[in-house]
Amino acid sequence: MFQRNARPGELVFAAGFFGFSVLLLILIPWQTQWVPRSKLFTQPAFWPGIAIIVMTLFSAGHLFCVLCANRLPGLAEELAAWARALEFVLWFIVYVWLVPIIGYLIATIAFTCALSFRMGYRGARWMGLAAVFGLGVVVLFNGLLGVNIPSGDIYELLPAGALRSFLMTNF
Amino acid sequence: MDMLLSGIGMLMNFDVLLALLIGSIGGVIIGAIPGVGPAVAIAILLPATFALPPLVGLVMLLGIYGSSMFGGALPAILINTPGTAVNALTTYDGHPMTQRGEALRALGLAYGASFVSGILSILALILLSPVLAKIAPMFGSKEIFLAALLGLVLVVIAHRGQTLAAGMLAGLGVFLGTVGLEPLKYTQRFTFGQEWLASGFDLIVIVLGLFALSQAFLLLSEPESAPETPPIKGSMGRAMLRIFKYKRLAVSGSGFGVLMGMIPGVGEFTAQFLSYNYAQKTSKNPDAFGKGSPEGLVASESANNAVPAAAMIPLLALGIPGEALTAMMLSVFYVHNVIPGPQLFQGQIDFVYALYAAMIILNVIVVLFMLISSNLLLRIIRIPTRFLGVMILTLSFVGVYSLRNSVVDCAIAAAFGWFGLILKRQNLPAVPIVLGLVLGGIMETKFRPAMNRVSVFGDFFERPIAAFLGFAILCLIVGHFASLYREQRNRQPSPDHDMHDSFQR
Repeated sequence: MFQRNARPGELVFAAGFFGFSVLLLILIPWQTQWVPRSKLFTQPAFWPGIAIIVMTLFSAGHLFCVLCANRLPGLAEELAAWARALEFVLWFIVYVWLVPIIGYLIATIAFTCALSFRMGYRGARWMGLAAVFGLGVVVLFNGLLGVNIPSGDIYELLPAGALRSFLMTNF
Repeated sequence: MDMLLSGIGMLMNFDVLLALLIGSIGGVIIGAIPGVGPAVAIAILLPATFALPPLVGLVMLLGIYGSSMFGGALPAILINTPGTAVNALTTYDGHPMTQRGEALRALGLAYGASFVSGILSILALILLSPVLAKIAPMFGSKEIFLAALLGLVLVVIAHRGQTLAAGMLAGLGVFLGTVGLEPLKYTQRFTFGQEWLASGFDLIVIVLGLFALSQAFLLLSEPESAPETPPIKGSMGRAMLRIFKYKRLAVSGSGFGVLMGMIPGVGEFTAQFLSYNYAQKTSKNPDAFGKGSPEGLVASESANNAVPAAAMIPLLALGIPGEALTAMMLSVFYVHNVIPGPQLFQGQIDFVYALYAAMIILNVIVVLFMLISSNLLLRIIRIPTRFLGVMILTLSFVGVYSLRNSVVDCAIAAAFGWFGLILKRQNLPAVPIVLGLVLGGIMETKFRPAMNRVSVFGDFFERPIAAFLGFAILCLIVGHFASLYREQRNRQPSPDHDMHDSFQR
């Protein structure tokens, strides 16, 4: 239980988690209701209260252990790694935002090709592989498995007819 | 017997068999690719199975769950990188055997041990089913509450060296399950007045974030690697048959796997640890363990592959998942209106037998596939890791967005993905969050009716099963503190969590 070495960034994580738990504990009276003439275990605050108390006690213990441990160097690099990953969170959110506008097929192929290019796969072979993968995912999930993904607004621009219906249903 | 035949009859359908084939082979491929693993695959495919009939969807995911460890042994033995976290112990003896030029022998023993233990564990379940059918109805609200609490206590103390972190993360899971509109008094809890929080956090969104998106973010933000491996030459069938030289260890490993798999919150790691220790203590050559011992390899692989079938016991009999994968399977059951628990064994025992038969068939499919496909799998595991990250991120979108077509769900999953990345980098486990979320919900639901007939504390434990479960929880907690005290007294430091990286995979 008592670690001898704490990883870089572990103190930040432990302190952040403890702070979050304490904040939730303080917020219980405002974020849950106390219903009069009801038993304690039927109160809406009962289970969140138990969970937050568990979080607070265990995270306090965890923080104490990290404070007592020999902290390994490399905090700045670790925090930079956490921040670097946010770029890919942003890529994902942009992809999610694009799908209802330009349609699943175009958004997916654009996403796989652009992100592959960003990650250093820049030759024609890699671009082709990324595009084929994107197409395969759309055909498999939307076309064959019938997964529920709504059609993009872009298809509204097409003239009404069989082609538009086909694209809206499958891509 | 009639029910068993009826269960097998349910499987004799083209769609079900095709789903089993796809799930089994897909599971092997997914398990063989380091960085994907069954949790990622099941999380992504989960929403895709909602539109399928219950048995078709379930056997596909069951195929992935049951076969991924076969595939995970391949990179563990050949490139010293476990395909799934539970194959980590396989690297200890499997990779040194490869370095000695015995790759085919190591792979054959690993596949053979996995097959034997997979079949033995399912046979044990089939024999246990009538007993389960009798015991399961004795579980009322109190017993199910205590069984869920036992699972939560076990998942915390099973994380040796990280008990405090596991406890706080399990608490977070329970808390996340309480957010939103509560069903008893219809009040809002921790919604901060936000409408999108009123329906709470969806289990699948959190699972996809913690397992799939976090893995994609990790692969994309770390340096590239694409392992090179020499081809395998020789007869795989003959190599697999050599498992019969180690039948004692294969059977004991299966036994440990079944026992540990049945207990919620324990799982493969403890089963492997016990099996490996037993094999080492009873070996004529214990010094060879960790340096390429075939006995160590058999002990490890037989224990881990017996767990998936056994983990279905608490899930099917009580509706209590023992680890993250069975928690995901539980949501599949609910979506298909199959409610695991005592009533399943009373009313739908043929469905349960169908699942057992599916597990036997999947083991046969996987072994046949492995006879011919090791070199094909070697080509697949060479996918560059960053490109794999692009693929996982693209597939994760389908998993999250197809649930409710909600951009908010995707944003929540992305946030949990980033949190999961930090957990992975800190080598902290995400499983307690998922189990806390599922078991916390079960505990809250069962605690209220259980307390209705309780006037003094002792009433809670008046029935024998409740008393046994309460005693087991007490013993585990006291035993845990006693072992900590002994460690401190003997100046034996508990395992430092820097010494392993099992949660980074």
